[in-house]
Amino acid sequence: MSEAADRLNAILARIPYARFLGLRAELAGDEMTVILPFSDHLIGNVMLPAIHGGVLGALLEITALAQLSLTQGLARQPRPIDVTVEYLRSGRPLDTYARAQIKRLGRRVANVQVEAWQEARARPIASLHGHFHVTPSEGGVT
Amino acid sequence: MTTSLDLGGASLSSFIDGCPQARALGMELISLEKANAVLKANYREDLIGDPDTGVIAGGVVTTLLDHACGQSVFAALGAPTSIATLDLRIDYMRGAEPGVAIYAHAHCYKLTHSVAFVRATAYDRDPSDPVATAQAAFMLSANGTMPPLAGRPTEPGQ
Repeated sequence: MSEAADRLNAILARIPYARFLGLRAELAGDEMTVILPFSDHLIGNVMLPAIHGGVLGALLEITALAQLSLTQGLARQPRPIDVTVEYLRSGRPLDTYARAQIKRLGRRVANVQVEAWQEARARPIASLHGHFHVTPSEGGVT
Repeated sequence: MTTSLDLGGASLSSFIDGCPQARALGMELISLEKANAVLKANYREDLIGDPDTGVIAGGVVTTLLDHACGQSVFAALGAPTSIATLDLRIDYMRGAEPGVAIYAHAHCYKLTHSVAFVRATAYDRDPSDPVATAQAAFMLSANGTMPPLAGRPTEPGQ
């Protein structure tokens, strides 16, 4: 694994809630994928069955935060201001993947979009767009 | 616990017990009445999102709010119907106080024949000093009801 991937998984491993969900991350160059392996405790609706919508929201949010920390060298952990989650398809009892795109990084606020999918990248199950407080490190992007 | 709503024989606890994720988070249903739901999640170290401060993860607040929103729709409908979340917007006011339980109060303020509109607030000590607020919209099932033991459904749109 690359140094960046090690750093990323070290960040996730330090967060108790990321361990509660079972999250891990993979890096291909600068493209990060956060993986939520399926587990029974993630189910929200046993009848369908479907992963809890809140868990999908959490996955998308953590992916945004991880992408910001990874690519921008922030002085402090970014904090969410507001997020909007759209639910597109039911989260089936399968592994779920998420990738974030930083649409704009200002001196104080970052705009980020995230998509989560299962079997097909082109069929996302949920998406998020949100604003995050950031504190870029010295000499960072303005 | 306030139990003033008859949801077709479903007991209050079934809304948590029937949902593995709600159970995993240790959610408790505090009240469910007249289009309102109040849920509680106790502080737990394995749910911390920021190990430096001990603040609980935003994702826990998200799930608690989402779950409360769904329950308030059931309360408004008076029966556990199949519903699908369209969207959920969350505004984060501040980090929750470490060591303190979090509550979510959701109110389904409008039902049309196909859509439910919900507002919710998450707080720790004081409802007037929220940790986060939320706004959600749900599609209501066009084809009948679900068994009462179902958790908060997120049925696909197709």
